[in-house]
Amino acid sequence: MNQNFSTHTKTLKLASWLGWKMESNWADWWIFAVYSVVRPLASSMILVVMYWVIAKSGNAQASGSYNLTFMYLGNAFFMFVGNVLYGVAWTIHEDREHYQMLKYIFISPAKMYFYLFGRGTAKLFITVFAVIATIAFGMLVLKIPIDLSAVNYPMLVLVTGIGLLGIAALGVILAAVSMVTAHHSFYLTEGVAGLFFLVSGAIFPIEVLPGWLQKISLINPLTYWIELARRYITGEKMCQVLSSISNLELFFILTLSTLILVYLSVIIYRFFEHLAVQRGLIDRLTNF
Amino acid sequence: MNHAIETLKLNRTFKIKKAKDKPAPSFITALEEVNLTINKGELFGLLGPNGAGKTTLIKILCTLLLPTSGTALVDGVDVVKNPALVRRRINMVSGGEHSGYGILNVRENLWMFSQFYGVPKKIAYERIDTLLKLFGLDEFAKTRIGKLSTGMRQKMNVIRGFVSDPEILFFDEPTLGLDVQIAREVRKYIANWVKNNSQKTVLLTTHYMAEADELCDRIAIIDHGKVIACDSPSNLKKLLRKETIVHIEINLTDENFEHFSQLPGVKKFALEHKHNIGRTELKFILENDSAISQVTQALSSNGSKIISLSKTDPSLEDVFVALVGRSLESEN
Ligand SMILES: Nc1ncnc2c1ncn2[C@@H]1O[C@H](COP(=O)(O)OP(=O)(O)OP(=O)(O)O)[C@@H](O)[C@H]1O
Ligand SMILES: [Mg+2]
Repeated sequence: MNQNFSTHTKTLKLASWLGWKMESNWADWWIFAVYSVVRPLASSMILVVMYWVIAKSGNAQASGSYNLTFMYLGNAFFMFVGNVLYGVAWTIHEDREHYQMLKYIFISPAKMYFYLFGRGTAKLFITVFAVIATIAFGMLVLKIPIDLSAVNYPMLVLVTGIGLLGIAALGVILAAVSMVTAHHSFYLTEGVAGLFFLVSGAIFPIEVLPGWLQKISLINPLTYWIELARRYITGEKMCQVLSSISNLELFFILTLSTLILVYLSVIIYRFFEHLAVQRGLIDRLTNF
Repeated sequence: MNHAIETLKLNRTFKIKKAKDKPAPSFITALEEVNLTINKGELFGLLGPNGAGKTTLIKILCTLLLPTSGTALVDGVDVVKNPALVRRRINMVSGGEHSGYGILNVRENLWMFSQFYGVPKKIAYERIDTLLKLFGLDEFAKTRIGKLSTGMRQKMNVIRGFVSDPEILFFDEPTLGLDVQIAREVRKYIANWVKNNSQKTVLLTTHYMAEADELCDRIAIIDHGKVIACDSPSNLKKLLRKETIVHIEINLTDENFEHFSQLPGVKKFALEHKHNIGRTELKFILENDSAISQVTQALSSNGSKIISLSKTDPSLEDVFVALVGRSLESEN
């Protein structure tokens, strides 16, 4: 058991090292740094401009929780979803088609599950950087009101960690599915990331969604994660639908739903891995 | 003691996607009732034409693919029931591919894999450096894989197989596409590794006759998913000790020579078109020398001009022809 644990952490470390090598494979370190920060900043700017346009035109009917801080923080935290989910899920495709190494990793004693997590962590480090930069930019340039002395840092870090675990687990699920659907894995990842953007209350308040989407939002661990992150940063309740739920309750829901998600990801991964081995897809090249 | 590899009635079929105009999906039998026993310390070869099922067998033994039915044991462990245990004992390298994490350098790549296999760090580095030197790759240790030539890359992949010091090592066409010199080095290392480690086993596939003959302690000849013979190269060749083997070259022709196998004294017959040199080679397994004149007469009445005719000692290729009535190199 103990030995297993150290093998798994080793796999995690190796995979994140490999992922980091790939991420930082830029001729010029500066370009890399600028790219990983400027791109997210630019996308945040687009959102802010959209918000201003809508607010100016005077039909910001959903005022309430729908303010700039809500949206800006939600969007910043959602970067984790885009990057980490993508990083984990895309590993199968990259390793199988591009590097043609998936089969060699697969037949090694290293467990794919931990390998996939590891590959995601490389994206994670870059994203932490980008999220911090985005929030700082929001405060300094866009004058988004955040009181740094009021931030509950320990809880913010803890909650972010739990959320990331859930995101990585989601990534593993997508990776598992893409083992058997080589051609569609790109659309799958994009589609799921888009769907979660919609149903996590990242920028669209849950209360403006149609009823059935609201229900999906409420079983989505990311909803609780983003709201908790906002609350620990601003000290205020932001999402109207969740306004009657205390921080502690939210934290409990987040932890529980994340654990369920991780458990599901293990089961789903096993299922699709079995299917892939049965059909001989671990080393299949589609050359598309 | 366990055998290194044991398969019992191993079958694998592939479902081919249903075409629009066909009512039902069709199936390809890649392996059919394969029974093989490979001992520890053996260098064992799978020999067979394209599509024979060699890669399929290796994939099953490496836990990359499930059999449709039957059992496969690797070092006594069932590959279906306990793949994790199998993985600690094996490693695999396939040739002729352009694989590798281009951003890593040679040493980093080998090191990473040694760590996936849990090789203690110090031993790993020592082993890597020794292997790099042995294969003449030491000066490329810090070169990015993306910058290596195909031959160098393949050598590195072969080293990757040895880095984990597995009990059983699988090579799928290890010398495919390598130039003669590098192929020789690779073969030599594989042979020595087995010779110097009495308990280590290598299973390799090839469709180079000479490679199988030179390298392997025993060979299984497979065709259309079936093992049709399994013995040492010399014993296999002894199957033809009474027969006369004649190779005849004529100008390249697409004529059908099928009726030649009906000639009196002809046991088996195969032809191979050598487009690069503009010749067709006919290989005859004859009952005795007196059948030679039958064959040459039939050829001249056919209007074919004989460029060369040689009577040879049996090679594995001839064994293959005798067993399946087809040349190993011929398409299909
Ligand atoms: N994933 C797959 N789906 C469908 N058919 C397959 C698949 N893999 C292999 N086959 C078929 O199974 C048969 C055996 O293939 P295999 O790759 O094992 O042959 P091989 O002996 O390795 O040939 P080669 O010398 O060309 O490498 C072939 O007819 C092949 O087309
Ligand atoms: Mg093959």
